[in-house]
Amino acid sequence: MHKHSRRLLRGIGLVCALALGATACGSDDGGSSRKAVSQEDIQAALKEGGTLTVWAWEPTLKQVAADFEKKHPGVKVNLVNAGTNADQYTALQNAISAKKGVPDVAQIEYYAMGQYALTEQLTDLKGFGADKLSGTFSPGPWNGVKAGGDGVYALPMDSGPMALFYNEKVFDEYDIEVPTTWAEYLDAARELRKADPKAYITADAGDAGFATSMLWQAGSRPYTVDGTKVKVDFSDQGAKTFTDTWQKLIDEKLLAPVTNWTDDWYKGLGDGTIATLVTGAWMPANLASGVKDAAGDWRVAPLPQWTAGAQASAENGGSALALPELGRNEALAYAFVEYANAGDGVQTRLDNGAFPATTADLRSTEFQDTAFPYFGGQKANKIFAESAANVADDWSYLPYQVYANSIFNDTVGKAYVSDTTLSEGLRSWQEASVKYGTEQGFTVEK
Amino acid sequence: MSTLQPPAAAAPRPAPHRARRDRRSWTGWGFLGPFVAVFALVFLAPIAYSVYLSLFRDQLIGGTTFVGLDNYTQALKDDRFWAALGRVSLFLAVQVPIMLGIALLVALALDSGRLYGRDFFRISIFLPYAVPAVVATLMWGFMYGTRFGLVGDINSAFGVSLPDPLSPDLVLASIGNIVTWEFVGYNMLIFYSALRVIPHSLYEAAQIDGAGQIRVITAIKLPAIRGALVIATIFSIIGSFQLFNEPNILQPLAPNAITTDYTPNFYTYSLSFNGQQHNHSATVAIVMGLITMVIAYVVQLRGMRKGV
Repeated sequence: MHKHSRRLLRGIGLVCALALGATACGSDDGGSSRKAVSQEDIQAALKEGGTLTVWAWEPTLKQVAADFEKKHPGVKVNLVNAGTNADQYTALQNAISAKKGVPDVAQIEYYAMGQYALTEQLTDLKGFGADKLSGTFSPGPWNGVKAGGDGVYALPMDSGPMALFYNEKVFDEYDIEVPTTWAEYLDAARELRKADPKAYITADAGDAGFATSMLWQAGSRPYTVDGTKVKVDFSDQGAKTFTDTWQKLIDEKLLAPVTNWTDDWYKGLGDGTIATLVTGAWMPANLASGVKDAAGDWRVAPLPQWTAGAQASAENGGSALALPELGRNEALAYAFVEYANAGDGVQTRLDNGAFPATTADLRSTEFQDTAFPYFGGQKANKIFAESAANVADDWSYLPYQVYANSIFNDTVGKAYVSDTTLSEGLRSWQEASVKYGTEQGFTVEK
Repeated sequence: MSTLQPPAAAAPRPAPHRARRDRRSWTGWGFLGPFVAVFALVFLAPIAYSVYLSLFRDQLIGGTTFVGLDNYTQALKDDRFWAALGRVSLFLAVQVPIMLGIALLVALALDSGRLYGRDFFRISIFLPYAVPAVVATLMWGFMYGTRFGLVGDINSAFGVSLPDPLSPDLVLASIGNIVTWEFVGYNMLIFYSALRVIPHSLYEAAQIDGAGQIRVITAIKLPAIRGALVIATIFSIIGSFQLFNEPNILQPLAPNAITTDYTPNFYTYSLSFNGQQHNHSATVAIVMGLITMVIAYVVQLRGMRKGV
């Protein structure tokens, strides 16, 4: 969902790993056979009970796990926070390589799904009847758990249809219109700068997740994935549309050079020096907890468009619950995942501030009419739900997107701190991604 | 162990003596055993495992294959590795002399006996070393902030605009500053303890000969602590080549300045943990280890030769 810096833990982890040589390299043992597990099997497993290990950092799962235990007295759910985001993937990958300590259920974001699905490290849930749930989830997340293949590798937990969060107080103070297109957004950035030299329209120091979502909305499709055949190409019209505008924001120094999730960032969001935030619908809970001072100042607006009047949107973040191939208690694990993501657990998570991936909840009036005190009583879910419906579902991430994102700042990041342009940066990102893909045995078309 | 005896003399020995000798050799192993076991487990095994890893290649598609020395050719041709090595070499050439220079000055000042509150100075200069590197870096990272950190406060208090310590051009110097702050005290302590063991009679002799303080330093103190200087230099070389904590912790604050291949160690970390390239990572680590060993050894040889 979002990344907290866990570098400290990583550092410690590294020291341990280096000292003990704890990273093992196991040989593949296939395991591609699709398991068939019926509803009766699942019911039997629930009756029999057992212990489930769940690796997830999504906070609302805690209540879900407690409820699940209450409902099925024999079941014990061990909810482990094995790190947020990429840190958890590292831990999971290591556990899978070592074939030891693999959780029964793991939270995986959509952008990272491909890596696990392609290498058959996740159980295909089709055998559990998961394909029948296709209508239950909105198209973006459902596309995400299929990871470009025909299996169903997880059940969507939440989603991040994008929207524009803006500090209304700042916009009112300087009498700036809330932008509906990116051209207006650029103008608003200039106006704001003129009005207050210390204020920035937004903070962007180079963020892979943000950039790929922006490309997604702009109609760019840089990644083509067909099994082990991969293509990376940032030269399409959509990419140009994005870089043309964003380059101007960079060149005119209209973006606060502040990294997301740092202290500076939270402070900037609180004191009005960072006036907008373009991100996924899971943001409100983070604003409410991290930027308490600005409660009531912020509002939500639809994502600005590249062409006036259009309704294009994209997903940013969002994650699913998957069953690692090497996990145990599959029937029980599936029962939990279904409960949390498609059953009663959904409402529990919504009540605690999560954003659903289920169409029924997105459309329900109760959900859409929820007033957010943080946004001055605005019914922000209406905007999010509309955005979710407008997400183009033909986007795919690389099967090694976790790595690709990790080198984003090495390549595209240069555009933020030197004379390198954004499109040059994207080109070197492309080259580095192609190189890695080739090294990893993919057939990469250039 | 048994080479003390000429081999020819061993044959005609009487039996009881041999039994005693056997027992003696087992006693030796008994003492050595615990150490050897731990040494093999935590030192030799990881190295052997790294060497083993470096001979294979594990791909997302295709699994693990034996590739012989391919990884080594790849590592030696890897621009990112050489760039990282260049960066730590520059760091070594600039930061280590500054740090050791300051440490030496402080040690000499403490040793001169003319400092009021000597113990207080000694402990306060040593104190940063007691702060864990991770905590120290987080603290400095906060101070370096141009918006809300110390730098930002100075900027707004005095109306100046200091350059951003975390910009790509300055971040290496900023890391150098952190490392210097952390390790001056440690090196000072090495030098100071070496200075304390110099016999007082030498100073008395120098006084009788009419030598001034500067002459005492150059003719007595510095030559006497040369061994300590060499040791501190070697530690610092190894420390520079292994630079990891500081860039790793500052990276979230300066993601575009500190790349994932910023230092050799950070590069191996990224290869292994972000890219699952454990084999390439192990190879780079071994190559880097060899380079460090060679340089440290050369410094030791040169340092000791001068000492004689």
